[in-house]
Amino acid sequence: MKSSAATHQAGWRDGVIAVLPILVGVVPFGLVFGVAAADSVVGGGLGYASSIIVFAGAAQLAIVDLMNAGAATAVVIATSLVINARMLMYSAALAPSFREFPHLSRLALPYLLTDEAFAVSIVRYAAIEDPAYRRRFYTAAGLALWTTWQITTAIGVLVGANVPDSWSLEFAVPLMFLALLIPMLTSKPAVAAAVVGGGVAVIAHAAPSHAGLMIGALAGVVAGVAAERMVS
Amino acid sequence: MNPWATVTVIGVGTYLIRVSFIGAVGSRRMPPWFGRALTHVGPAVLAALSIPAILLPDGTLDVTPAGNPQVVAAILAGLVAWRTRNIAVTFAAGIGTLWILQAML
Repeated sequence: MKSSAATHQAGWRDGVIAVLPILVGVVPFGLVFGVAAADSVVGGGLGYASSIIVFAGAAQLAIVDLMNAGAATAVVIATSLVINARMLMYSAALAPSFREFPHLSRLALPYLLTDEAFAVSIVRYAAIEDPAYRRRFYTAAGLALWTTWQITTAIGVLVGANVPDSWSLEFAVPLMFLALLIPMLTSKPAVAAAVVGGGVAVIAHAAPSHAGLMIGALAGVVAGVAAERMVS
Repeated sequence: MNPWATVTVIGVGTYLIRVSFIGAVGSRRMPPWFGRALTHVGPAVLAALSIPAILLPDGTLDVTPAGNPQVVAAILAGLVAWRTRNIAVTFAAGIGTLWILQAML
C-alpha cells in the first residue's frame, strides 16, 4: 500500500463518499427524532441539545420516550447507557488502529463514534493500513454523519410543534425502533434476543418506574447468548 | 434530577463508553463472553423499545385492528424493512398504513 500525501488527502473524500448512502437513512431518523422531542415534555431545546451532548439516535429517542412517560431518572440513564453499550464493541475493535493516531485524536475522535461510522471504517481499515489515511477517513465519515444529524434534528425540532395530532406521529417512535431492529435479525440468536427482549418487555410493561424495558433488554441478551450456545 | 442534568450524565457516560478501549493505555481486551453478550444488545433493546409501544399504545394489550391499527401498520412496516432495509421507505409504509386504517375505521 503506497503512503503518499495524495493517499492521505484521499481519506477525507473517501470517508464522505462511504457514508453518503447511509446519510439517506439518517435524514428521516433525524427529522422524526426532532419532531418527537419537540412534541414531548422534553421539548425542542433539550431535545436538540441531546444531539450535541449524546449524539446517539436510538438512545436520544429512548430518553424522549421514557421522560415523556414519566420514568425515574435512574431508569432513563441506565436504559440509555445499555442501549449505547454496543459501542464498547466498536471501541475495542477500532482501538488497535487508533493506537497509531496522535494522542488528542484518540480522545476527541471517539465522540464521533456511531454504528455507521464504525461500519464503514472497519471495512476500509481491512484494506488500507496507512494511519494518516485511516484517521482522515474516520473523521470525514464521522463529521458527515454528525453534521447531517445536527441539521435534521434541528429541522425536526423547528417543525415539530406545528405537526397536528391527527398525523399520529406518536407511532413514529416505535416505528423508527422497528426500522432499526429488522435489519439486525440476520441470525437465530439475534431473533431469539429480539423475541425474548420484546416479549418480556410486554409482560413487564407495568413494572415500576418503566423498568420493563431494561428487564426485557437484559432477558433478550441472555436469550441471545443461550441461543448462540445451542446453535454452536 | 433536572432533565438537562440527566441528559448530560448520559452524554458523559456515552463518551466514556466510546473512548473506553480507544483511549486506554496499552492494549486492553474485553473478555470474550462479554463481547459475545454485547452483540445481542442491539436486537434485544430495540425489540424491548418497539414491541410494547406497538402492542400496548395506551398501557393495555390490544391487538385488534379496530382498537389498535398500529399492529397491522407495524407488521406491514416490518415486512417492508425486511425487503428494503431502508428507514425512509419503512417509515412511509408504517405511517401510511396507519393513516389509511384510521381513515377507514
